[in-house]
Parts: sequence; C-alpha cells; structure tokens
Amino acid sequence: MTVRNGTRRNWLRVAGGGIAGLWLAACDRLNSDQNVQATLGKAEGWTMKAQRALMKRTTALAQEFTEADISKDFRANGSISPADAEYRALSESGFANYRLVVDGLVERPLSLSLAELRALPARTQITRHDCVEGWSSIGKWTGARLGPLLEKAGLKKEARYIVFHCADSLEETLDGTGRYYESIDLFDAFHAQTILAYAMNNAPLPVAHGAPLRLRAERHLGFKQAKYVMRLEAVADYGQIGRGKGGFWEDRGYDWYAGI
Amino acid sequence: MSDKRKPAKILVRRHSLITRLTHWVNVAAISFLLLSGLQIFNAHPALYWGSTSTFAAPWVSMTAKNEGAGMVGVTTVAGRRFDTTGLFGYSGKQGAREARGFPSWATLPSYRSLAAGRLWHFFFAWVFVTNGLLYLAATLLGGHLKRDLLPTRDQLKIGHILHEIATHARFKFPKGEAARSYNVLQKGTYLAVILGLLPLMLLTGLCMSPGFNSIAPWLVEGFGGRQSARTIHFLSASGTVLFVVVHLVMVVASGTWNNIRSMITGRYAIDVEGGAS
Repeated sequence: MTVRNGTRRNWLRVAGGGIAGLWLAACDRLNSDQNVQATLGKAEGWTMKAQRALMKRTTALAQEFTEADISKDFRANGSISPADAEYRALSESGFANYRLVVDGLVERPLSLSLAELRALPARTQITRHDCVEGWSSIGKWTGARLGPLLEKAGLKKEARYIVFHCADSLEETLDGTGRYYESIDLFDAFHAQTILAYAMNNAPLPVAHGAPLRLRAERHLGFKQAKYVMRLEAVADYGQIGRGKGGFWEDRGYDWYAGI
Repeated sequence: MSDKRKPAKILVRRHSLITRLTHWVNVAAISFLLLSGLQIFNAHPALYWGSTSTFAAPWVSMTAKNEGAGMVGVTTVAGRRFDTTGLFGYSGKQGAREARGFPSWATLPSYRSLAAGRLWHFFFAWVFVTNGLLYLAATLLGGHLKRDLLPTRDQLKIGHILHEIATHARFKFPKGEAARSYNVLQKGTYLAVILGLLPLMLLTGLCMSPGFNSIAPWLVEGFGGRQSARTIHFLSASGTVLFVVVHLVMVVASGTWNNIRSMITGRYAIDVEGGAS
C-alpha cells in the first residue's frame, strides 16, 4: 500500500512537473515569436490614443505634492556616476564648461550655458517619480520650461519629436548604441510640467540624479526622464537614431509611450 | 425497498451564449494577466502603503539573503519574517537557484524580462476590459443580473443564509428544482467578484499609470496614493486567485462534467424527483 502510494505520488510529481514544463516552454516560445510580439505591441498604441483623448479633455497636470511629502530616500537608478571621459571632465570642473546644444530641425540652433538656462522661464514642481520597476519617490524639481526654450530655437514645421542625447553610456557597445537617449513628441514637449531640471530639492541637481540637467516629463515613467542631457535634437522621426526605437530602453524592448 | 424510483435527469438551459463566451475569454485574459503581473512584480518584489516607496521598511518584501550556510529566500510581511527558499525570494532547480520574487513557473515569460511582461500585461488588460464591458452590458440589458444574480427576498433571510453555509460546508448541494437557479452563496460570491473584485483590479491597475493619474488624480488619491494602489492591485489579484481556487473546488464537488458542459454548451443536467417533468 505504501509502495503503491509512493509510486502514485512520484507519478503525480512527474506528470505535474511535465505539464508545468510544457506550459512554460509553450509560453516562452509564444513570447519569442515575432508575430506574437507585434500583436501584443499594438496595445501600446491603443493605450496612448485612449490616454491622449482623455488628456485633451482635462488639464492633465501630473499630481503635485507639498514639501512635507518629499522622499528622503529618493532612489537613483540607471547611470548614477557616468564613467564617460567627456562627462568626467565636465563634472570635475563643476560643469563650468557645460553647454546644452539645441539643434536639428530648428530655425536658430542654440548653445546655452547653465547660467543662460537658469535665466529662461522656469517652473518648480514637487512631483512623484514612478519607476517602470514599480517603486515611487517624490522630489522637488526646478528647471527651464521646455516649451519656451523650443520657441526660442524656433521649431521647423517638419519637427515632430525632441530627442534628448545624454552623456552616459549605460551599456558598453562597439557601435555607440549603449549611450543613453530618449525622445518625446511635441504634445509632451509643450506640456506645462515638462522642464529641463537643474535643481532638485532646493539644491543643484546631484550627479546621481543627472547633473547638470535632466528631463522631467511628468506624465511618463522614470526611464523617460533622461539624465545628463547634453543635446536636444528636433527630428521628424527617430528611426535613424540609436537602434531606431526612440530611446535606450525602447531599443531594448520597452514601449516608447511609457505612460503606464 | 427496491421500488425507490431513480430520479430522472433533465437538461435545462443554464448559461446564455454571451455568458459562456465572455467566461472563457476572461479565463484566458486573467491567466495571462496573472502570470505577466507576477513578472512585473518581480522587477521590484516589495509592497508599500502611501504615495511613495519606503525602501527601508516595505510592508511586504521578497529577497535572497546570504545566511552563512548559503542563500535563502526571505519573505517579510508587516515586520514578520518567513523562510521561503524555493518559493519566494530565491528559487529554481537545485544548483541553479536565483534571486527572484515569484518562481519561474509563475511568471510569463519564465525568465526575467520586465519589458516582455509589460507587453503581455497591457495587451490582455485591453482584452479583459473589452470582454468585461461586453459581459456587463449584456448582463444589465439582458436581465441576467436581475433574473440570475440578485438574491431573492427569501434568500436574504439570515436563517436561509446560515442553512446554505452549513450545507455547503458539508459539500451538499441543492438538488432538483432548487438546482435550477444559483443559491444565495453563489449569487453573493459572483456579484462580489463581478462588481467588486474585478473592477477593483482595473481601477488600481489604471492608477499605476502616470498618464492616467494626470487625467484622474482623484482616483489614485482615493486609494491612498500610488503605492497603496499597487498594494491593493496585488491583494485583489490574490483575492481573484483565491476565488478561482474555491470556484474550481466547487465545480469538482458539485459535478465536474455537468458544470463544464453547462459552460460550453449551455445545458445543465438536474435531477427531477419522480421522473416525469
């Protein structure tokens, strides 16, 4: 009796393990199928269309908080101390030689020092940073509003996206596609809360959080908030940049919209 | 003694086409949502209350820790600590274990990929919502809610409810005419899941979205902040899993094939005393 029970239990374990193994293999195989990926990816467009339709009917400002809500343990993620030589040199001189370049499809290309950036129309906001991993931290940001800055440069009418080229290489690659970059469209570029932040929690932006300049596009997840921003490029499409998906993480399988 | 007549079986129409269709679509959607949801959870296997993450003191966490004798999986819940090696925090085949919140058999894909988990999750979230709205519209317009789901006045009497709980606990189920309609415990449970638990999953899920939160900030505040909404999303997913487990036990206990047939063909067999009907 015990023997038979033991055999049955073993049989059940083998059968159970076998079914689970087949199920996992089937799921993983589905997951690596290009057509399946393309079908699943359609949902990003549906989500973006639905959210944009609703945003156009409301003020659609990201929530703002009070000084008391600021996180003391705001997590720094991705690059936190870039090793790139160009960046190290800038950082060691206290960003005295830093220039933000604005070019691409603009009437008047710009090259701005930090002092010039601080003189532009600014906004301060206490907002929640939502990482794609699932955690949240609240911080206070002060920066130049992107809208007026782009108006100063004068966008050409073919311009559809603003690409943020960064100083940090998050991955070592031979072709340079490990350099961080991000992109947003003009709907977000001209949003009231979209700023190029040079200050965090009443102090100059720390290196771990993207010194000297980072993007805050508050209706998006954390990976959209490009740090160590060196250059803004206005483009008609981002297919020729990096690996063509519009950002470092987008090139590695993440969705471009990043609104959820 | 032997003249006790066998009750006759008759087939009654149990489930409408729309109920059957949306039931099975929901089974697929919730399965994919659960597995991909656990993949997403594994990107940061910790839960908090409030707007932000209190990293030093999470409400729930799953981690791998080196305890001298080797790695162990540690799960903490409200300050209590459990060794969950092999299940939560640290799992995998002997010799090839790795640090991960939920084990590979519970995630889609089985290996770590937040990007792929998100693709599956947001696609099936749309399937779940579309299917759910279709079901709700048909239920409200077609009279399914009033006819089959809302308890009758007699069913709501406390004596009746207690009696139903007592008979259910002994796995005795209504027979004959009484089996034609849902009993009060079924009605209560289905209503709680259809109008409570599943809409809660959707609403707390939407609160994960910075885009949606800029459209309806009052909703995420209503749940007590984004991290609270994330925790409630996880808890209501756990509630959904618990419902499915009890639901499957009840399906087996009250006649596996009869129940499954009724959800496929719509026909449900009931015993009628005395044969003729």
